[in-house]
Amino acid sequence: MSVAVTGTPVSLDAKVPGGPIEKKWDTRQFELKLVNPANRRKYTVIVVGTGLAGASAAATLGELGYRVKAVTYHDSPRRAHSIAAQGGINAAKNYRNDGDSVWRLFYDTIKGGDFRSREANVFRLAQLSVRIIDQAVAQGVPFAREYGGLLDNRSFGGAQVSRTFYARGQTGQQLLLGAYQALMRQVDAGTVELITFTEMLDLVVVDGRARGIVARNLLTGEMSSIVGDAVVLATGGYGNVYDLSTIARQSNATAIWRAHRRGALFANPCYTQIHPTCIPVSGDYQSKLTLMSESLRNDGRVWVPKRKGDTRPPNEIPEEERDYYLERKYPSFGNLAPRDIASRAAKEVCDEGRGVGPGGRGVYLDFADAIRRLGTEVIRQRYGNLFDMYERITDENPYKVPMRIYPAIHYTMGGLWVDYNLMSTIPGLFVAGEANFSDHGANRLGASALMQGLADGYFIVPPVVADYLARTKFEKVEPAHPAFAAARLEAEERTRRLLGVKGSRTPESFHRELGRLMWDYCGMARNEQGLKTALAQIPVLRQDYWKQVKVLGDDASLNQSLEKALRVADFLELAELIVTDALHRTESCGGHFREESQTAEGEAKRDDANFAYVAAWQFTGVGAPEVLHKEPLRFEFVELAERSYK
Amino acid sequence: MEFTLRVWRQRDRNDPGRLVTYKATDVNPDMSFLEMLDVVNQQLVARGEEPIAFAHDCREGICGSCGFVINGRAHGPGRGTAVCQLHMRSFKSGETLTLEPWRAKAFPVIRDLVVDRRALDRIIEAGGYITVNTGSAPEANTIPVPKPNADRAFDAAQCIQCGACVAACPNASAMLFVSSKVSHLGLLPQGQPERDTRVLRMVAAHDREGFGNCTFYGECEAVCPKEISIGFISRLNRDFMAASRRANGAGPAKDDAA
Repeated sequence: MSVAVTGTPVSLDAKVPGGPIEKKWDTRQFELKLVNPANRRKYTVIVVGTGLAGASAAATLGELGYRVKAVTYHDSPRRAHSIAAQGGINAAKNYRNDGDSVWRLFYDTIKGGDFRSREANVFRLAQLSVRIIDQAVAQGVPFAREYGGLLDNRSFGGAQVSRTFYARGQTGQQLLLGAYQALMRQVDAGTVELITFTEMLDLVVVDGRARGIVARNLLTGEMSSIVGDAVVLATGGYGNVYDLSTIARQSNATAIWRAHRRGALFANPCYTQIHPTCIPVSGDYQSKLTLMSESLRNDGRVWVPKRKGDTRPPNEIPEEERDYYLERKYPSFGNLAPRDIASRAAKEVCDEGRGVGPGGRGVYLDFADAIRRLGTEVIRQRYGNLFDMYERITDENPYKVPMRIYPAIHYTMGGLWVDYNLMSTIPGLFVAGEANFSDHGANRLGASALMQGLADGYFIVPPVVADYLARTKFEKVEPAHPAFAAARLEAEERTRRLLGVKGSRTPESFHRELGRLMWDYCGMARNEQGLKTALAQIPVLRQDYWKQVKVLGDDASLNQSLEKALRVADFLELAELIVTDALHRTESCGGHFREESQTAEGEAKRDDANFAYVAAWQFTGVGAPEVLHKEPLRFEFVELAERSYK
Repeated sequence: MEFTLRVWRQRDRNDPGRLVTYKATDVNPDMSFLEMLDVVNQQLVARGEEPIAFAHDCREGICGSCGFVINGRAHGPGRGTAVCQLHMRSFKSGETLTLEPWRAKAFPVIRDLVVDRRALDRIIEAGGYITVNTGSAPEANTIPVPKPNADRAFDAAQCIQCGACVAACPNASAMLFVSSKVSHLGLLPQGQPERDTRVLRMVAAHDREGFGNCTFYGECEAVCPKEISIGFISRLNRDFMAASRRANGAGPAKDDAA
């Protein structure tokens, strides 16, 4: 039977190996147990999600000879939202001879995360970064190259070196296609069973171990039990709680939330990333905010008029009446200040009444200087597809008038708590990519999400899963096992209930209301009063949901409203935890900015004495207070410092 | 703006399906086509009718989920644009817009405007990859790739697997799709060892799935949201013929060096 979670004792031992930081991963790899090649096919590993982390993990486990079941709700693994990542992927290759190294990427990432990530994980990430590029190039990923045929690099926010590899503005697409093709090769080889149009609705825990999932076939409504020896969740982040975001519309938190309800602790849920360069909201109907890659800040200059309420068109505002506020405030990083800082700075100038465009919620990203310096053709080569996309959406030509941009929800640094082996607090449940909390602390640097997803999937998940399998004695479990039957019944009951409410409001309208609440009270700046308001309103909205939601159709064929309704139901629970975490963390750090905690210059002010820990929350029941567990963050190799980009 | 929509409604594979007329009113020209449908769907639900099913996800033209035919044209009138990036300002208020799913034997209708495109994945499965296990890759810069080749490989690799090429083709051929992958990998040094088997296996899988032959109508290129060139199909044909000759033991022909 599945284990009741309430009161389960929790160990937050991160199991970081001892010794010097640069030897930790080597040390761990030698400690890990291996599975004999002939025995690997006796084990089944379920991988949920087929984005960068999931596809690369499933492909690699397949290559090693494990039986893999790869589950996606899409028709094809290649639709996963990793496909939309634009700018690039970091790696400490130091091809530019500009002073980069594994140590520097490590330090930049720790600092970028505002000293709220686990040192050893981040160092491993920096080490593995170089092998990711090798792997991707061997797969045929068409990275940008120089005329000599070697790989090109560009700069990204929060770094003073050029270490970002890119494939025009479609780096995520090309990396995902590499992983997808590797995955399809294993489908062809018969090691991976690809299960499409299937959405995980619950995790099944048997005798304290993750042994499978309950999933719904989106085409038939049929609920199935998928049994395995280990489960890897690579289901992405939870930013869609906020509704309007840069995230794909189907992305959702159900897999991680249901695992959380089954006992996996949720770490740092309030660490959400708001990306500074997105196309501003234009109307109520809007479904999606479109990102304009951070790479644009290599050549674009961000400014607003110096004067409040200046409504002149941008080209009529003379140079001396413009405020290039990032260059002014952060002279050493300028327009490449990290995301959290650039976003807050944009909010600040708009709050002062100096924002541009309809509603005054926008700032200019201007390429006029770069075009004068380099010519239109060079700019077109670098950013052509992004400029085209901008023009399609806004009907304005960014070669002629500056882009208008504004921050939007983009990524979530929080996620399920994992130890150094990427295992959650449920034995046998591994979490990879954006779904875990491990590497980015309180703010992720640009071009680091792809790096982390692939480091986890190609290089970390396979050996740590092997170790778990080798050390564990598995009882045979059938799909008819009572724990599976119970979880299936629960999921069926949930879908039946949603169809049965027959209320008056669509799931979309609830999602919109929740999103607005979250953005207003738990967005770029947060304060105690606002968070408390949100905490009072979310449970009311959730109760209304189960009384008033209107879901038409049936549960025996494709029903997109029902899919949406199931996801929104989970967003309504997770939202409360995000706000709870944000309220408890009275310091500011990275993307979590508490107005009560700022420096004299308005920068985020950390409180290391009281908050240098990972907040890992334990579920105790819907609406019941979650229990906080703390994993202290110990910094052996870097010194905690005020994070300055001035 | 306002529009008359004639939308293909089909419950499932077995339902014959029919066009149903709806009104879309108060349409903002800045809405994307899918946002317009979102609004129509909310209105349908309000009056107790099931919403129109359509596939979508990223809504920025890269995931390849969306796509249907608008007035006979796959992804509608925009050039180089998936339907999610098509905005209502591209139309004239008062127009009648007929929306239909991709029509092809290899793409059975799932519901309304949603079709099953998994046949394309099975073509990739048949060889659309480079065999390299994780961990065995050499240092990335040991394989220089001339920039023009890398750029051309990228042009081919941009395919988003939406299936518009199939929908637009009078033969329902997926050759533009197949050629994009064959060319992406075949233009790179890493892709050479499997160049022959890849093209032979992928073309065989394409035919097995029930897609038609390419007879160079060129409709595919015209609707491709990534503007992938039909020139890649010529390249595929050369690769295919050279590979077939070699497979038949006829030895290399003169033009194989390409």
